[in-house]
Amino acid sequence: MTAAIEARSLSRELTGPVPVTLVRDIDLVVEPGEFVAITGPSGSGKSSLLYLLGLLDRPTGGEVLVRGEPTAALTPDQLAAIRLARIGFVFQFHFLLPEFSCLANVEIPIRRLGRLSAAQARDRAAGLLDSLELADHRKKLPEQLSGGQRQRVAIARALANDPPLILADEPTGNLDTRTAHLVFELFGTLAREQGRSIVVVTHDTELAHLADRRVHLVDGRIVP
Amino acid sequence: MALPLGLDIALAHLLHRRRQTLVSLLGVSLGVAFFIGISAMMQGFQKDFIARIIDVQPNIIVKDEVRSAPRQPVERLYPDAAVELRGLKPREEVRGIRGARNMLASLEEMPGVHVAPALSGNLLLRFGGKDVSVNVTGIDPPRERRVTHLEKDLLSGSLDALYTTSNAVILGEGVAAKAGIRTGDLISAVSPVGVMMKLKVVGIFRSNITLMDNFEVYVLLKKAQILANRPNVINRLNIRLDDVEQAAPLAAAIERQYGYRSESWQEQSKNVLGIFVIQNAIMYSTVSAILIVACFGIFNVISTVVFEKTRDIGILKSMGFRDKDIRRIFVMEGLMVGVLGTLIGWLMGWGLIEFMASLKFNMEGFVKAEGFILYRTPLHYVISAAMAIVSATLAAWIPARRASRLNPVDIVRGAG
Repeated sequence: MTAAIEARSLSRELTGPVPVTLVRDIDLVVEPGEFVAITGPSGSGKSSLLYLLGLLDRPTGGEVLVRGEPTAALTPDQLAAIRLARIGFVFQFHFLLPEFSCLANVEIPIRRLGRLSAAQARDRAAGLLDSLELADHRKKLPEQLSGGQRQRVAIARALANDPPLILADEPTGNLDTRTAHLVFELFGTLAREQGRSIVVVTHDTELAHLADRRVHLVDGRIVP
Repeated sequence: MALPLGLDIALAHLLHRRRQTLVSLLGVSLGVAFFIGISAMMQGFQKDFIARIIDVQPNIIVKDEVRSAPRQPVERLYPDAAVELRGLKPREEVRGIRGARNMLASLEEMPGVHVAPALSGNLLLRFGGKDVSVNVTGIDPPRERRVTHLEKDLLSGSLDALYTTSNAVILGEGVAAKAGIRTGDLISAVSPVGVMMKLKVVGIFRSNITLMDNFEVYVLLKKAQILANRPNVINRLNIRLDDVEQAAPLAAAIERQYGYRSESWQEQSKNVLGIFVIQNAIMYSTVSAILIVACFGIFNVISTVVFEKTRDIGILKSMGFRDKDIRRIFVMEGLMVGVLGTLIGWLMGWGLIEFMASLKFNMEGFVKAEGFILYRTPLHYVISAAMAIVSATLAAWIPARRASRLNPVDIVRGAG
């Protein structure tokens, strides 16, 4: 089976007066349907690795393969197209557009991709919100929701274009323990029942145990 | 809600910054409105003035002058030598166009050309203890009729009255007003050569060109020759053309052939036409300044939005918006302000013109008018729209480019 995403001796350095290495020689394979947690102390390069895997940032060494296809030679626009159709992001902050209702926020990636008609896009967005128990909040603005609800809207948005890969960067950082648990259980469900690959960065080792596999980073390297 | 996604987002941004958007919208509108209003006023005035001088004055005036002093024989013989002549005394020329009758005849043979001879000079009018210095022009009424508007401009009397009354004179309205002269009055006139004559006023004209109304009087050609003590002399040929655009080339041709200075209407009104150029420059720079200020407004709103919406830009890019998609959103915001501002400005400009048209007052500058002379043309609307929309788009381009270059990693990292 082809890996959903694969990192081959991935490195990222910041050039400057004092060169900083964010991640160093990372080899990582995430299979379809696998739920992986990346843990490590702050500054260990967890988020940097996630951005490299998500094609938001370009490595200074090594390469990222999406479904076995190399990405190093792709243009920024081609990378954007891959992110749009195949990768869903969830961040610590929800990043919902404040002027748009929850429904409209979920619709944005669908409309950007443009494969569905306006009515179909609306139905799909509504369906996603319903499946995340947000049916009553479709018309509400993000500011009218609680933190946990907002993060679930953000997850619905990440799922909008039915991507096989979900990348989450400290998605529970702003949530209370109970809600954080619910979010992680939701990720587990998405992986097990829908076959999506989930990579979650967290510093919470207890939550990380809900994942199938844990990758621990220290100083930009994977340690066993 | 069938708006394209980018438009949707752009609109949301502008509505979010409602007050700032309104201010820059107003700036664009005012720029457009002023452009339309001022253009209509200035071009109305200018076109009216040009129409009047084409109408009222001869299209070409041939004068008994030469443009440059004749070259001396020694200079003609040695064109490359450095010759210095001292104590050179110009010969006293008898003024007047020599061979004017022949010239008149041959010019009249040309199609579309009407010629009238004239002798003009100075005259001092004396009436009721007041002296008024004027230009007197001796005319030949049947020919004059075809060349100038004098007959149509007469407020009272007729050109033929010059024949029927002895020593008849037609005065400009301003001349008459200055000395309190009315039709039928008898005035005494003294010419520079000392000829005195009693003249009877048979008509008063108003051309609405202030300079003419205040300084011109007309008598028969014969009388002018007597006043100037120059029998049979003509010092001007006034020419009117069916096609006024031919004035400049024909004037040049006449001057080449006969050697006398021939001025087309453009040359006669050169200083006024020159003022128009300056006027236009001032107008366009003023209006451009308004639009530039408006563009700073647009630049300001969109820069603020880009700054405020950094997080949104970050998430949009991470979810797969390309640089150009982001740029398009913000350029569209400028475009929307530009287009909407233009539409409002059109309405305001139209209102401004109608308001100016409703004003009535007496104005006396180069010309007399009873209110603004307005020139209405769709061209002004098109030009103002093009200027407003192009500059609004340019003003939005700079912050839009900055937004498109933001690195999503810098934004999503650590925002929380």
